[in-house]
Amino acid sequence: MTLASFAFYMFATVTVASALMVISARNPVHSVLFLILTFFNSAGIFLLLGAEFLALLLVIVYVGAVAVLFLFVVMMLDIDFVELNEGFLQYLPVGALVGLVLLTELIMVLGGSAIAPDMIAGGPKATTDDMTNAEALGRVLYTDYVFFFQTAGAILLVAMVGAIVLTLQKRDNPKRQSVAAQNARRRDESVEVVKVKPGQGL
Amino acid sequence: MDNASLSFFQAYVMPFLLITAHSLAIMIALLLALAFFMYADRKVWAAVQLRRGPNVVGPFGLLQSFADILKYLFKEVVVPTTANKAVFLLAPFLTMFLALSAWAVIPFDEGWAVADINLGILYVLAISSLGVYGVIMGGWASNSKYPFLGALRSAAQMVSYEVSIGLVIITVLLCVGSLNLTDIVLAQKNIWFCVPLFPMFVVFFISALAETNRPPFDLPEAESELVAGFMVEYSSTPYVVFMIGELANIVLMCAMTTILFLGGWLPPIDIAPFNMVPGVIWFTLKLCLMFFMFAMVKAMVPRYRYDQLMRLGWKIFLPFSLIWVVLTAGVLQYFDLAP
Amino acid sequence: MQALLTEYMPILIFMGLAAVITLALLVVPLLAAPSDPDTEKLSPYECGFEAFDDARMKFDVKFYLVAILFIIFDLEIAFLFPWAVAFGDIGLFGFWSMMFFLAVLTIGFAYEWKKGALEWD
Repeated sequence: MTLASFAFYMFATVTVASALMVISARNPVHSVLFLILTFFNSAGIFLLLGAEFLALLLVIVYVGAVAVLFLFVVMMLDIDFVELNEGFLQYLPVGALVGLVLLTELIMVLGGSAIAPDMIAGGPKATTDDMTNAEALGRVLYTDYVFFFQTAGAILLVAMVGAIVLTLQKRDNPKRQSVAAQNARRRDESVEVVKVKPGQGL
Repeated sequence: MDNASLSFFQAYVMPFLLITAHSLAIMIALLLALAFFMYADRKVWAAVQLRRGPNVVGPFGLLQSFADILKYLFKEVVVPTTANKAVFLLAPFLTMFLALSAWAVIPFDEGWAVADINLGILYVLAISSLGVYGVIMGGWASNSKYPFLGALRSAAQMVSYEVSIGLVIITVLLCVGSLNLTDIVLAQKNIWFCVPLFPMFVVFFISALAETNRPPFDLPEAESELVAGFMVEYSSTPYVVFMIGELANIVLMCAMTTILFLGGWLPPIDIAPFNMVPGVIWFTLKLCLMFFMFAMVKAMVPRYRYDQLMRLGWKIFLPFSLIWVVLTAGVLQYFDLAP
Repeated sequence: MQALLTEYMPILIFMGLAAVITLALLVVPLLAAPSDPDTEKLSPYECGFEAFDDARMKFDVKFYLVAILFIIFDLEIAFLFPWAVAFGDIGLFGFWSMMFFLAVLTIGFAYEWKKGALEWD
């Protein structure tokens, strides 16, 4: 047993265990925290595969951004989770169906590697010898795979528009700072020096 | 010792011990340096306000930070009854742990980094993007109003400025063509990036202030409104651990500015008296200069308002740095200067 | 592969050390410091009076919007990283490919700006 396989079993065990905790933890905040742990260990597995760029990207995008939003939602969106859990069983058929599809896919993938191992072995490798994998990715993503790249851009655009349409609320009369108006203001139009005689007032 | 155990020793134990010693040396140096940075921060602040600052403990008050730490160590840890205990204690742990971990890839001199990984800059970015968890978790777990509001503000603020930090880093990477921190420094042999990319240097500096919740962007802990923000309920060492983590992040940002824009360990001019000085000295000098700027900003600039802060981040820095990315790429492409 | 592991091993060790030091700092006062709790001391702070209700409450949806927009821009930056690294090798086509991508997202940004999603009020 080498160091690498030891590390793999460690990461894999923690990933599966914390993924289980995500769905079984009572407190939703704990669920999200376990989800973050799952992401971390998946990043570790990516690292073991030699995909260091993807590993760090997983941490930056999923842990650093997506999970922050999740945490925001479960921590601060005052939902009554006990009530939410009551209708839990009615989703069981749908959940079971999704699980079944996933299971079939997994069996097919694993079965493929058992039936034709040389097909898997001939597949793409995560690492190249003469350059880092960020560079290797950069060389093909923007030229050879330009269509997928631009599609990703379009999806991001849709996400941006969708987020605004769904969440933006207009206040009735917000008081906003107008920087231009502030800077354009001059002394003589706002201050007036008045000589006041003592004892008389204005 | 027989052959097998000897080779095991050479293959695993020796490097392990060496790396541990190396890490320990850097960690201890870092923690000691942080104590004096804290002191320097207070002294600069005091000097600007014509006060003396700490001057009692040790010569010139140099040992003040150590006295403070000792005092905190013997204070009672108060965990509010309504708080979520595990998360409450996890939050400061995470803050300091992450802030220290990021230092693993910082090259103080050529070959001095504990781990000189290919993706050094990405690692630092990843670690610093996790810093927000300490704040959110601390604020939520306290289950008290001020921490909650402070955490909310802080999270939105840190997240907003991370975007412009990312874009600034991209402009530097365009000029380097590598994500390795050592390569980034070596690419500045001819000219430090703070010269051609000066506007980005400014944007990075200001975003770093916002990212680390330093004044004038210390809204999460604006005393006059939120008492101490997400730290209200913390006492004793959990509080100190938060503070050390914050300070380590601030100094890390100074180190990143040094590496990205001020040529890291390279001397200002590559001629005789300057290039005799070891690189680590240059690195430390530049880092101290950056920290001095951080301290001066804290002492001199009044606090921002929250809407101003968000406007600066989203409406000024984001488009501005995006334009600079395009501009830098265009110039490099047109004049065929790309590395 | 092995080289990659040896490259990341020091980080793991460094993180381990960081964790030990932080934990040590957190544990010491539990052993060394006095512990004399009472209900007042352990109640959440609220300017002198008792807390009325749970501190966790609903808040402005704006904060979620900021988080979502951050995810989108973070992804945009993630796409920029390999581009910046391979910039010298992908030539004019790679350059314009990214310019188009950025233009598409700038449309989204302009929409955001126009709709007032970036206003904070």
